[in-house]
Amino acid sequence: MFNKIFFKKNLISLFILSVAVIGSACSGQPMGQQSGGGGSAASGGSLRLQGSGASFPKPIYEKWVSEYGKINPNVKIDYQSTGSGAGQKAALAKTADFGASDDPMSDEDLKSAGGELLHIPTVLGAVVLTYNLPEVKEPLKLSGETIADVYLGNIKKWNDERIKKDNPNLNLPDADILPVYRADSSGTSAVFTDFLAKTVPAWKEKVGMNKQPSWITGVGVGAKGNDGVMGQVKQTPNSIGYVELTFAKANSLPTARVKNKTGAFVEATLESVSAAAATAQMPEDLRVQITNADGAGAYPISSYTYILVYKDQSDAAKGKALADFLWWATHDGEKFTQDLHYAPLPPEVVVKVEAKINSMTASGKTLRQ
Amino acid sequence: MSENNLQNHSRRKIISRIMTLLTAACTFFAIGILLLIISYIAVRGVSSLSLQFLIDTPKPVGEGGGIGNAILGSAIMTALAALIGLPLGIGAGIYLAEFGNGWFGKITRFVADTLIGVPSIIIGIFVYTLVVLPMGRQSGLAGGIALALIMIPIVARTTEEMIRLVPNSMREGALALGAPQWRVTMNIVLPAASTGIATGAMLAIARITGETAPLLFTALNSRFYNGYLDQPMASLTVQIFNYATGPFEVEHAMAWAATLILVGLILLINITVRFLTRKKF
Amino acid sequence: MSQTGTIGDKLFRSVLLIAAASILVIVAAILYMMVQNSLPTIERFGVGFLTGREWKPAQEEFGALPFIYGTLASSIIALVLSIPISLGVAIYMVEQAPKKLARPIAFLIELLAAIPSVVYGLWGIFVLAPFIRDYLGVFLQDYFGWLPFFQGRLTGIGMLTGGIILALMITPIITSVVRDVLEAVPTTQREAALALGATEWETTRIVLGNAASGIAGAVVLGLGRAIGETMAITMVIGNSAQISISLFEPANTIASLLASNFAEATDKIYMSALIEIGLVLFLVTFVVNALAKLLILKVASGTNSAKHA
Repeated sequence: MFNKIFFKKNLISLFILSVAVIGSACSGQPMGQQSGGGGSAASGGSLRLQGSGASFPKPIYEKWVSEYGKINPNVKIDYQSTGSGAGQKAALAKTADFGASDDPMSDEDLKSAGGELLHIPTVLGAVVLTYNLPEVKEPLKLSGETIADVYLGNIKKWNDERIKKDNPNLNLPDADILPVYRADSSGTSAVFTDFLAKTVPAWKEKVGMNKQPSWITGVGVGAKGNDGVMGQVKQTPNSIGYVELTFAKANSLPTARVKNKTGAFVEATLESVSAAAATAQMPEDLRVQITNADGAGAYPISSYTYILVYKDQSDAAKGKALADFLWWATHDGEKFTQDLHYAPLPPEVVVKVEAKINSMTASGKTLRQ
Repeated sequence: MSENNLQNHSRRKIISRIMTLLTAACTFFAIGILLLIISYIAVRGVSSLSLQFLIDTPKPVGEGGGIGNAILGSAIMTALAALIGLPLGIGAGIYLAEFGNGWFGKITRFVADTLIGVPSIIIGIFVYTLVVLPMGRQSGLAGGIALALIMIPIVARTTEEMIRLVPNSMREGALALGAPQWRVTMNIVLPAASTGIATGAMLAIARITGETAPLLFTALNSRFYNGYLDQPMASLTVQIFNYATGPFEVEHAMAWAATLILVGLILLINITVRFLTRKKF
Repeated sequence: MSQTGTIGDKLFRSVLLIAAASILVIVAAILYMMVQNSLPTIERFGVGFLTGREWKPAQEEFGALPFIYGTLASSIIALVLSIPISLGVAIYMVEQAPKKLARPIAFLIELLAAIPSVVYGLWGIFVLAPFIRDYLGVFLQDYFGWLPFFQGRLTGIGMLTGGIILALMITPIITSVVRDVLEAVPTTQREAALALGATEWETTRIVLGNAASGIAGAVVLGLGRAIGETMAITMVIGNSAQISISLFEPANTIASLLASNFAEATDKIYMSALIEIGLVLFLVTFVVNALAKLLILKVASGTNSAKHA
């Protein structure tokens, strides 16, 4: 069963082996430090890129890296959805080759970065209010005020007059509402609270706009990631949560029509999100919020989502692979948006993105010619 | 008076009977919970288990996918943890058993026992600052080290107990013949305790195979088959956590199937160990 | 011969010493790292960190009380549910069950401890939470709804679900320690009690009395485990930093907060706050486990000093 001689002899060799492993682990550290998050470029043949961050674009990023891997089998891109806050942290601490966030980084954070960080918008999406009310068949209509009141704890029941007012034909149950929010630091929360802060003064005062806003104590439950919120809503009758559109669609759960700036209740669709983007002015650094946009057809809780990369890459081979992937994603990759209910980048934004990608360098040399 | 006494006696008997029944009920309740959990895992897990699932890597939702890379990642990190943790743990255990009666041994034993109870998430945070930040990324190496740190005190304490079970007469006989202590320990005490030490090692391995919290910030996760220790690495447990907390029913099904594999493996180790050592305990 | 013997012995002993010392080094390094990294919030908030009720990372406001409360409350629920069952199982195994049954039972209970935390979480989300929402919670509200513990919204996710999951997880631990403790009580005590005409239960009560400090140790050990439990609880407790008397309301624990937020703390003060709360968890579990060990040792040395001869 257990060879005694084997055991005795190997005890000594195990000691030596473990010392060797620990030793190599230690010697590996300064190496990793020098390359600053890059590490050795190719771990045996193929290139690996590590990305982490926003869960809002997770379905399309997973699709992209899977499709891109089919065309470029030598480049393996790993994307882990950890939340926008974690994505920004990964970019700042250089624990990933690229970060992802729906919420553009603050000037302060950008200053603390070890190098110039570029914001590359990839797709547009909608933050939708999705709910678990099996008996309600028609889509709910919600205004910013109503949503704010639910998340502030002012509206506690589904058949509250303030909800009924906009939904006179719906048979709303006499049940407690369970609002679900993001417990982690989230770009989706930033977009959601940005819209509410713009439309409801009380919200701006009490909760504010943030990736991790000050939720009212005692209202609702927190969940991690778009997946977590969606999972919670799906599991719990009479709950409501905010997630990226594709999560609600993939789970066949309804989405509310939200009242926009012109007073129209708009469904979140590819068109209404694109309409919101069309009215926004894109600044030079591409950091922009497009919530509560003008235009009768604009969905008011729309957003770009970004990939964060350093302009000057520490490793030329990896930098080139990253730039190529970003180029592919924002061009050929956009054809996957429709099936996953994201909106593609507007053509004029693509032009600006091209310039950004082409500006990426490694030790002074541009990566794409 | 005596009638009263008799009545009292039968009442006491009845109470005794009731308490016996209650304790038996507690036992069957606890075992019932175990069977309930295992049968849920078996029923829900089997329905989405397939060979393809065991060798595939994760894919975008709706396109299938599997846990092949997670199984490999768990195996690599567990092996790495064993490589670091077993020698240190066994060494520490031998020390405690053979030389551990002084103040140093007492303190070490005490600290080892309390370290066993330290939440594994704390170990994860520790390894994040110790390995991940200096290396500049999450990696299988960091995950393996985190698991090793959990393993060391467990292995140390079981090893010590097993060695202490070896009769002193065996030691004394050899020492009386003039053998140096290290030879006595290596040639006589360790072989005698080897079954027990191996048992402890196997149980520690089973324990770390099921750990999730220390891997969240250290090994992260990965979509690929990955044999490189300096890259983020998938594990069964983190994969189960991600699938379980998500909204997609196909992923829930995969979580149950992955759980079946994980729990099957852990129970197999436990049952094997029990079977091999049933004479001893 | 003696020459190689002494050199060999010295070498042998020092190698083993290094291995043993590694345990001390690990604990010291963890402590150093955590204290070092939590200095910013320790200096800035002092004791207020532990008593503050607001946790708002965006406003750099860090009060750990809701998490401390959630950790303690969920652990206490777990203990209340687990203690009677654990004692019952242990008593049954040691005092009452036929010898042939005792071993398989002990083994099955040990398997309950072998199931990983994340699996309890999975089971909690998909089996226990719906059960509490649709049956147990409804029952409690119908019959005990007048108690503040059972009022409010019933969602299946929250303190009670977390407490029950924890109870399931610590039951095997408490059971196995209590079993060891009971077995350490000399058989002569039982024989003496029976000879004096005590019933089986009365005998057991005497045995329990003599093993009291060991049983307390087992309970404290279970408490330590419950306090530090992470994955299962984070999956079912609802991650809400609030202090509510209702057991159906969501809450959060220290370990769960760390699991869901540690990866994203960008600024130094937030990171420091998380590590400080981790330090609190570390110290509390360390003390609790130390206490458990002392209590259990007391029984082992008092009644059966020959066990580890």
